[in-house]
Amino acid sequence: MADGPVAEALLRRLEAGDGGLDSAELAAELGVEHQAVVGAVKSLQALGEIIEAELRSTKHWELTSEGQEIDREGSHEARVFHSVPPEGLPQSELMRLPSGKVGFSKAMSNKWIRVDKSAADGPRVFRAVDSVEDEVQRRLQLVRSGQAEKLGEKERSELKKRKLLTEVTLKTYWVSKGSAFSTSISKQEAELTPEMISNGSWRDRPFKSYNFSARGVLPDSGHLHPLLKVRTQFRQIFLEMGFTEMPTDNFIESSFWNFDALFQPQQHPARDQHDTFFLKDPAEALQLPMDYVHRVKRIHSHGGYGSQGYKYNWKLEEARKNLLRTHTTAASARALYRLAQKKPFTPAKYFSIDRVFRNETLDATHLAEFHQIEGVVADHGLTLGHLMGVLREFFTKLGITQLRFKPAYNPYTEPSMEVFSYHQGLKKWVEVGNSGVFRPEMLLPMGLPEKVSVIAWGLSLERPTMIKYNINNIRELVGHKVNLQMVYNSPLCRLDVEQGSPQTQETR
Amino acid sequence: MPTVSVKRDLLFQALGRTYTDEEFDELCFEFGLELDEITSEKEIISKEQGNEKAEGASDVILYKIDVPANRYDLLCLEGLVRGLQVFKERIKAPVYKRVMPNGEIQKLIVTEETAKIRPYAVAAVLRNIKFTKDRYDSFIELQEKLHQNICRKRALVAIGTHDLDTLSGPFTYTAKRPSDIKFKPLNKTKEYTACELMNIYKTDNHLKHYLHIIENKPLYPIIYDSNGVVLSMPPIINGNHSKITVNTRNVFIECTGTDFTKAKIVLDIIVTMFSEYCENQFTVEAAEVVFPNGKSHTFPELTYRKEMVRAELINKKVGIRETPENIAKLLTRMFLKSEVIGDGNQIEIEIPPTRADVIHACDIVEDAAIAYGYNNIQMALPKTYTIANQFPLNKLTELLRHDMAAAGFTEALTFALCSQEDIADKLGLDISATNAVHISNPKTAEFQVARTTLLPGILKTIAANRKMPLPLKLFEISDIVVKDSSRDVGARNYRHLCAVYYNKNPGFEIIHGLLDRIMQLLDVPPGEKKRGYMIKTSEGPAFFPGRCAEVFARGQSIGKLGVLHPDVITKFELNMPCSALEINIEPFL
Repeated sequence: MADGPVAEALLRRLEAGDGGLDSAELAAELGVEHQAVVGAVKSLQALGEIIEAELRSTKHWELTSEGQEIDREGSHEARVFHSVPPEGLPQSELMRLPSGKVGFSKAMSNKWIRVDKSAADGPRVFRAVDSVEDEVQRRLQLVRSGQAEKLGEKERSELKKRKLLTEVTLKTYWVSKGSAFSTSISKQEAELTPEMISNGSWRDRPFKSYNFSARGVLPDSGHLHPLLKVRTQFRQIFLEMGFTEMPTDNFIESSFWNFDALFQPQQHPARDQHDTFFLKDPAEALQLPMDYVHRVKRIHSHGGYGSQGYKYNWKLEEARKNLLRTHTTAASARALYRLAQKKPFTPAKYFSIDRVFRNETLDATHLAEFHQIEGVVADHGLTLGHLMGVLREFFTKLGITQLRFKPAYNPYTEPSMEVFSYHQGLKKWVEVGNSGVFRPEMLLPMGLPEKVSVIAWGLSLERPTMIKYNINNIRELVGHKVNLQMVYNSPLCRLDVEQGSPQTQETR
Repeated sequence: MPTVSVKRDLLFQALGRTYTDEEFDELCFEFGLELDEITSEKEIISKEQGNEKAEGASDVILYKIDVPANRYDLLCLEGLVRGLQVFKERIKAPVYKRVMPNGEIQKLIVTEETAKIRPYAVAAVLRNIKFTKDRYDSFIELQEKLHQNICRKRALVAIGTHDLDTLSGPFTYTAKRPSDIKFKPLNKTKEYTACELMNIYKTDNHLKHYLHIIENKPLYPIIYDSNGVVLSMPPIINGNHSKITVNTRNVFIECTGTDFTKAKIVLDIIVTMFSEYCENQFTVEAAEVVFPNGKSHTFPELTYRKEMVRAELINKKVGIRETPENIAKLLTRMFLKSEVIGDGNQIEIEIPPTRADVIHACDIVEDAAIAYGYNNIQMALPKTYTIANQFPLNKLTELLRHDMAAAGFTEALTFALCSQEDIADKLGLDISATNAVHISNPKTAEFQVARTTLLPGILKTIAANRKMPLPLKLFEISDIVVKDSSRDVGARNYRHLCAVYYNKNPGFEIIHGLLDRIMQLLDVPPGEKKRGYMIKTSEGPAFFPGRCAEVFARGQSIGKLGVLHPDVITKFELNMPCSALEINIEPFL
């Protein structure tokens, strides 16, 4: 069954002839639009090797609609000449004729007509010659009859300039038999249907081939936020390492837990209005564990537990001031205090990942709120070597193996060390975290045994996420200005596997 | 972390050798410093003000070095060099000595008027000092660094240094009404009253930051010599009369403040750093301060304190096995002169006046570890055996958010801080009805309150993504904050789940279906039974009238769902109908 009458005719002619045929000629012979033949060629091509079709383009000249008018009725100048009677015509009347304006000037320059300006009723036009040869019409008639080649290049371009001729490119196919030529072709099926399966007709049917270079249709789905995907992985790492999650669901904290309990003196710059969000309402903490508060006051103002203290006038009202916690270490302090109340002491490993708040100047890498990741180990006899050992295991799980440690200063840890990893891309060591051993001035007032050491480390969640997902501006990652397309496109978070950046995948 | 800027060549000259940038960076890293930037004055000016302005500026190479915030002894070239030279065992730590003058001791008498404004003062004299341009610059710069750091922008301590030869003691530190104070301040040619000065300095980019310390006080602190010459009006400005220059040979230093301990530390640091250039190196001439109670003290204190630490403790805390002798050597390299005493395991450590940061044995442990080299310490895994537990609320959140995404909703992550308008006006509520906590010092309106609902953040996320194909289906599971007087801080978080459907139709059935799905996931059956859930007609200013329902589950109200009010939609710069659900998930723990 052929694919329509045109295709069938095309196949019959190919079968009858030896060589091939031209699609335009076939259209003329069949008396159909060329486009119908082209459609037949394309549908036959889609069936495989039935036919071979070679695209050819030919140029030819055609008359424009004005050209066709002149072909029929003569050029404007000839029409002007013929409309002038032997006794002449007033020029004003001539100008009102359809060809008047254009024809008059041409006829004048051809010297076919003349104007008598001395006539009584205004300028009058007279024939200047008896008869004229309408060369323009003759040339156009040549083009119409397909003999455009008889015209010179100059003549053609002049007619083209007068917008009487136009050059048309015709795309035609030279069609010949293909390797699987047959006049009995059947239509290919687009898809397998349940009927075909039940009646077995799929066995005899040809099927259209798929275009495997096209993209598939993405499934309708919800998506998880990339930062929180990374958070999930960090939780997983801590859980794999046996760390218990601390409660951190209290954004509001007293200065006491956020600073004083950590042996951070009351004049410390971090407690400045410029760095910390304080609360107007509720401005002060309602309850503090007063026994413990007194021990904290003593260590700040007078020292004790082997410490000189800071020797300043520690004020309770300063400790009561409420704020938005500036670090999750406030939650760690609460957790360690609870641990200290449990007798006998049991070793603990804690972690948390949650929001913290800073009244900072905002830029491409700083927001007023970000997520902090924190790990804490409390046990007898922990050493700096243990801290480094835990950090090595932790960072190995993040795919970071080259580490080194730099002495640093934190108000509540001593010794303190910054963790650096070698960045292959930047070819330098970059800081990836901060760590240390909590000061005895923080631990002993809580009631933890003297021989217990607590090692801890922290890092931000945003920074590794920005590196992982190749995001340069933190606002494109966190907050309402995020581009949802980025959320939709973000790949799985596999921290220990080297992944291509989302951008590179996009430009594939 | 303070940054100290030193001339590279001057630094190398003082260190007695040169380093490549990499070598010096390495040395800094090992010692706990950070070579932050290699630059020049020219480069700095050209970066800040353009190439034209930099024309003619010095292109001497500068090292900008980050110094730990508690190491005041490393805040100048002199201190850095001394610290590094001792660390590298090229020199022995000098011993700083306080000496009595040959003639009469300089006296600073503190009157009781200072008690209410700036009660403490300490003083000392650097005798027969020899400045050069570089030394002088460093001297001034150190004061500035101290002012910015330990002095807390002059609030706790302010330093005044004077050419002693232009003055005649005894000096009086008192407090007077600003209108009664008149003097020619540093680098001015005429006298001004204190009131006038405070006005003039309001436009001074440097000094305007300190005015608030005394501005509204009835009396201003002021120091006079015996002839009534003003030395300084702390913490604002010195007098011009006693201004020090490169040629000054005898420097009178006074520090006034509200924190006595810090004032003493600051004085100790200045004199230990610059007594290096005195004729008798590292000696400082004492000065006497007479307090209002009549008691007099001699400064600088320059106290050397002894600490005893067992070698075993250091080994145990660091995780190394070094002999007591080796540990004593390590500590000595950190400016803590140490020797083994007693049973051979006891180490006696001398804490010099420059190391006010050493307040506990743990500080000594750290120095031993630094000298040993952090990166030489053998890593080990703690043997701490523990069973991990998730925080139940976070565990539930993790499970739910995955199933929310499986239900076709996309996760938003919005800010916990926002404007009052976001949680009140835009939702048709009065701010007093929100029970929100308020921030006292927000820099912009975006940080006025902690959110009491997740809805505004999600609506703002949609507004920023209006170009995305519809429908938009978003959710967030995160904390909101409200006041709660039953909590120690007077406020608490609640874990909320919020979801929004945004399309050409309100899609209430979709949000309702999502609630049904959530309840299915939480194993809460429909129905009025105690363990079940149901929704009841309700109203709320954020919802379209008649299109709002309250959600009850496990016997309590947990939130609302419905079609948002057109006013709410408009106020969040949206233009499509929208339905939303917000519930508290804590009852399902």
